[in-house]
Amino acid sequence: MSEIILKHITKEYENGFLAVKDVNLEIKDNEFVILVGPSGCGKSTTLRMIAGLEDISEGDLLIDGERMNDVAPQHRDIAMVFQNYALYPHMSVYQNIAYSLKIKKVPKSEIDKRVREVAQSLGLEGLLDRRPGQLSGGQKQRVAMGRAIIRHPKAFLMDEPLSNLDAKLRGQMRVEIADLYQRLNTTFIYVTHDQTEAMTLGTKIVVMKDGEIQQIDSPANLFNYPANRFVAGFIGTPTMNFFDASCEETGGQVVLQTDTGTIRMNDKKAAALKEGGWIGKKVAAGIRPEHVISAKDGASKVFEGEVGVFELLGSNAIVYLQTASGRMVMNTTDLREYTHGERVALGVMEDKVHIFDPETERTVTN
Amino acid sequence: MTVSGGKRRYQKRYDRLPTVLLFVLPAFIPLLVFWIYPIGRSIFLSFTDWDFISPTYKIIGLKNYLSLFKNPRFFEALWHTLVFTAGTLIPTIVLGLILALLLVRSFKGSGVLKFILFSPWITPTVAISIVWTWIFKADGGIANTILTALGASPLKWISSSDTAMLSVIIVTIWKSLGYAMIFYLSALEKVPGELYEAGALDGASRWRQFFDITLPSISPTTFFLMIITMVNSLQAYDQIQILTQGGPSGSTRTLLYMYYQLGFQEFNMGQATAVAVIMILLTVALSVLQFKASEKWVHY
Ligand SMILES: Nc1ncnc2c1ncn2[C@@H]1O[C@H](COP(=O)(O)OP(=O)(O)OP(=O)(O)O)[C@@H](O)[C@H]1O
Ligand SMILES: [Mg+2]
Repeated sequence: MSEIILKHITKEYENGFLAVKDVNLEIKDNEFVILVGPSGCGKSTTLRMIAGLEDISEGDLLIDGERMNDVAPQHRDIAMVFQNYALYPHMSVYQNIAYSLKIKKVPKSEIDKRVREVAQSLGLEGLLDRRPGQLSGGQKQRVAMGRAIIRHPKAFLMDEPLSNLDAKLRGQMRVEIADLYQRLNTTFIYVTHDQTEAMTLGTKIVVMKDGEIQQIDSPANLFNYPANRFVAGFIGTPTMNFFDASCEETGGQVVLQTDTGTIRMNDKKAAALKEGGWIGKKVAAGIRPEHVISAKDGASKVFEGEVGVFELLGSNAIVYLQTASGRMVMNTTDLREYTHGERVALGVMEDKVHIFDPETERTVTN
Repeated sequence: MTVSGGKRRYQKRYDRLPTVLLFVLPAFIPLLVFWIYPIGRSIFLSFTDWDFISPTYKIIGLKNYLSLFKNPRFFEALWHTLVFTAGTLIPTIVLGLILALLLVRSFKGSGVLKFILFSPWITPTVAISIVWTWIFKADGGIANTILTALGASPLKWISSSDTAMLSVIIVTIWKSLGYAMIFYLSALEKVPGELYEAGALDGASRWRQFFDITLPSISPTTFFLMIITMVNSLQAYDQIQILTQGGPSGSTRTLLYMYYQLGFQEFNMGQATAVAVIMILLTVALSVLQFKASEKWVHY
């Protein structure tokens, strides 16, 4: 059981820099929360404040209802996996994993039992006598996790735990972390840059920018219903295409007018646009690359593009185009060869268009 | 195939021997002239009755050693050497580490403080010792002024055989403290901060972190300082010469000082070099001991 609540948490570093601004976040027991955002947005700072490694300048941190602001990390019962693992270099793998229990004066036989259990679950049995210096990156990563899980802590904090691994190993460890989460039934708070990690591991994703939370939601909702233009652009690869359009109503039909075509709005979007008073105004619109289609497939032409780069990825292909509305990326499963300079008429899946306020960048309708 | 290949490589190595020698020899010459030869010569002299002045001497075998082993003055000096070495080594390392721990976080004036603490190391020992003879003056010396101010009774310091060794030890520690501190400072700075964070999250108190993280991380520096301080203490001469001349009543006579007295005051160079040879053996023995023990506690 552990519930972590951040109330109006703010962090100002000694040099006056505001790294985290008024963050409110509720983490329920057994949630897998992901903090994502561009470099320097305050993810690590937030995590370190929860761990107690960084003082909280303002606001309250509650763990299981108790205010923890002034509790030393030793007494918060939280485990953390560091980006550079931070294994004790002069201790063996066994001693590294056993250290927290040794401090708690757990009987030797019990320590031994638990270390071996953990080592087995992480595939470390053969390495227990080694020093961290004699391990590969992936093995170190596993030891760092072993050191965390042996304690049965209230929560696991992980700060970009996989970023030092190569792509293949990262994928493998990602699955192992997911598996670990299933088995342990504990709260995870996980910082990452990596979209795939965020979308596949998280039950709840927190998107941050410049020290502020942009949106907190499930992976699917973040993808389908971004709260603002930043989130829309940050989540999803390749990133969403943005273009300017004007919102018009002709004969009862609300449409977005681009330089080269029109997009019809469904009832939901039309209602939102009318209600916001957007008819007759300029809006910022977005469409994901996978929702850009060739106009030949029955869709009406919205853009006309000239093919720049064409990347065949196997089951799908990414086509980079230049249009009158700016650069457009199309992610298509139609694997015909596009040639450089070829002119293509593009349509969009009209239900999938996102519309943002060009001034505030907030979402008008998804 | 493999054999001939191996043979060719073998031959090749020998082909290059003259070239290798050509490059290595210049480095060996000073070693030979200033180290190997004098040691060999000393060992040889320790088997003679040379008086340091006359051009002739007789080879007398182990007589010098035997008479040393019958001489209580020798064992006294050996004991003094061990007391002096241990008495300077341990405090230098412990106090040097404490100073480094206090100064590792920079604050206003910490740079100046570090320099002041380090400065005795770069000041000639003779000059330091002269100043300390004033400090240790029985009446009116700073040491006694401080003691009286603290309510303690004054000591006779270098003029009493009870406190002379302590005085010499204090001066020696004071001189080498800053040196130990500088090495510890750089070692402490290299311990990754993340280790302490991991330790804190594992539940380790500050105190535990010090013993389980700091000490093992800086153990190579501790080992280095132990060897250096030990060798320095075994070779201490200047401060003894200036402060006490081995006295009062031989209470600060170490092996090296005994060597000096035997050789250059009593002109018994044969026996003096026997002391020197024993000192070399002692140094080697202590070093080997430390290296052996280090396998248990030094983490590279
Ligand atoms: N000790 C410090 N003093 C002053 N500013 C700091 C300090 N530590 C971090 N910052 C600043 O606070 C901001 C947030 O840092 P933080 O490490 O939380 O970013 P992050 O989101 O984890 O970034 P990354 O993805 O690159 O790890 C950054 O702009 C950083 O420069
Ligand atoms: Mg970070």
